[in-house]
Amino acid sequence: MERKLLTKDSYRSLITKLIGQNYQVVAPVKKDTMIDFLKISSFDEITEDYIVTVSSAKTVAFPRNEKLFDYEKQNKKLTQQDFDFDSIPQSVLIGVRPCDAFGFHSLSSIFCWDSIDKIYTTRLERTTIIGLSCNKADDYCFCTSAKGSPGSTAGSDILLTKMTDGNYIAEIVTEKGAKLVADFSDLFTADGGADKESLLAKVAANFSVDDVLAKINSKFEDEAFWTEQAMRCIGCGACAYVCPTCACFDIQDESHGGKGHRVRCWDSCGLSLFTLHTSGHNPRENQGQRWRQRLMHKFSYMPDRLNTIGCVGCGRCSRACPVDMNIAEHCMSIIEN
Amino acid sequence: METQNIYLPYLMQIDKVSEDAPFVKTFRLKFINPEDAENFSFKTGQFGEYSVAGVGESTFCIASSPTRKGYIECTFRKAGRVTTALSDLEEGNTIGFRGPYGNVFPIDEWKGKNLLFIAGGIALPPMRSVIWNCLDLRENFKDITILYGAKSVADLVYKHELREWDERPDVKLVTTVDPGGETADWKGEVGFVPTILDKMAPKAENTIAIVCGPPIMIKYTFPILEKCGFADEMVYTTLENRMKCGFGKCGRCNVGKTYVCKDGPVFSLKQLKQMPDEY
Repeated sequence: MERKLLTKDSYRSLITKLIGQNYQVVAPVKKDTMIDFLKISSFDEITEDYIVTVSSAKTVAFPRNEKLFDYEKQNKKLTQQDFDFDSIPQSVLIGVRPCDAFGFHSLSSIFCWDSIDKIYTTRLERTTIIGLSCNKADDYCFCTSAKGSPGSTAGSDILLTKMTDGNYIAEIVTEKGAKLVADFSDLFTADGGADKESLLAKVAANFSVDDVLAKINSKFEDEAFWTEQAMRCIGCGACAYVCPTCACFDIQDESHGGKGHRVRCWDSCGLSLFTLHTSGHNPRENQGQRWRQRLMHKFSYMPDRLNTIGCVGCGRCSRACPVDMNIAEHCMSIIEN
Repeated sequence: METQNIYLPYLMQIDKVSEDAPFVKTFRLKFINPEDAENFSFKTGQFGEYSVAGVGESTFCIASSPTRKGYIECTFRKAGRVTTALSDLEEGNTIGFRGPYGNVFPIDEWKGKNLLFIAGGIALPPMRSVIWNCLDLRENFKDITILYGAKSVADLVYKHELREWDERPDVKLVTTVDPGGETADWKGEVGFVPTILDKMAPKAENTIAIVCGPPIMIKYTFPILEKCGFADEMVYTTLENRMKCGFGKCGRCNVGKTYVCKDGPVFSLKQLKQMPDEY
């Protein structure tokens, strides 16, 4: 893989030029006490003071709410205005941790399964992902247990690794990344040959996700196990909203007078209404069944049907959980029981 | 349709509305865009997403047969938000339709066999498509028997078609209503569907049984079929689970790793027995 040097000054120039060329630049920004991906209008808005952002980077390709199309009603007639694919901007997503970058692989497998979701794929195609290796981690991180690593290039178009002098190693991962480097070739200079590994955070591999995959199907019928696993779960859905691979959604209408639009919005298998039938019947009627669905989807159904794992080990769900459920611990308990 | 937006529905005009039972209506829908009508095709057993702009989408089967060209029909009970809004519409109104989605009843594999249709209540609509499909290809099948039951005489849907089937010499129709649901002039059976099925003691040999109904009916019908000697691969049903997208993305309808929207909605009893109890 080709490596270049991107000095801190060149990095500033790159972002400034991208903004100047009307790219939508999305980066981690500190807002009040939270750090999240937001559209920026100047380099100084960017922060690197995070292990992971609160929400994942998936919002760029799969926004929290998005219009699918517009409609207008007049008497008995209905007209529809298709989604405007031209409205999707060329974007550069920066500061994406390797776990998040890899999450797009899982998301894409869902949105491109059989029927292609062109709204999602267009958003992703028009996004160049500049990843940022992790030079620190916390106890919630478990990427190394989930086939990732703090310096993994998978999912990034360019991966930056910050050196001790504040400059960056730039690894050019994809053609899209190479194109961006070519467009700003004066900013990327010859690589100095710094040792990338020594710059990365150490994340202990406490378990192997392959063992979870091997074991989880045999636990499906063990109702007592899932009841105990989900004993604390209050079904708030926070885990799904912050997850880089959770793709479950709802479709709703929003209208005002005769005009309106159909909207897709995030949803969660942890919410009690998720599978409720109009008749009152609910195939997943208790939280144990809903928690089982969450873990089975990630560690059994996605590997089986889509040949990918629905977890990248970012630990966001564990950080966000109001009752301190830790997914890594739950994984280990699946292996051990 | 010149779009690759998989969420954009076809625009359909309500051509005809019929009231089939209390709170149950059938719409005959025609494509507003002639090109859509020309390009559209479906097979029996498939479903779609029907929508009222400003209210939302709702999932149900296509209740008409693919042998009847130029329109599709759907039958629904006024129960939730979208079906209530649909119910308020009249002829000439425009609605949205996405589909067809899901797998199909394998009627090609059923050639030369007897068919036994067993339906309860509002579950006749998904079966009506396959019944008419088979009746329109009558020469392909041997004996066709339909057992249909509802809570009361008023709750029997498609009364006009029930009469038509009853009058056909090449169809054996048995209708029943739950005890207490009969009227003074009711000439059909009185009793729950599984009880009547037990009494009928259908022959399993060279026979496919298709069962659609509320879960409680299905639960008591399968053992009777088993008693009569039906092998699991000779029994079919169609599942309904809550859905939003219809194509395996929204994450709701799966039963274990099986997606009702993509792998179903049609399953054999053999397949059903391999699936967890999550429907």
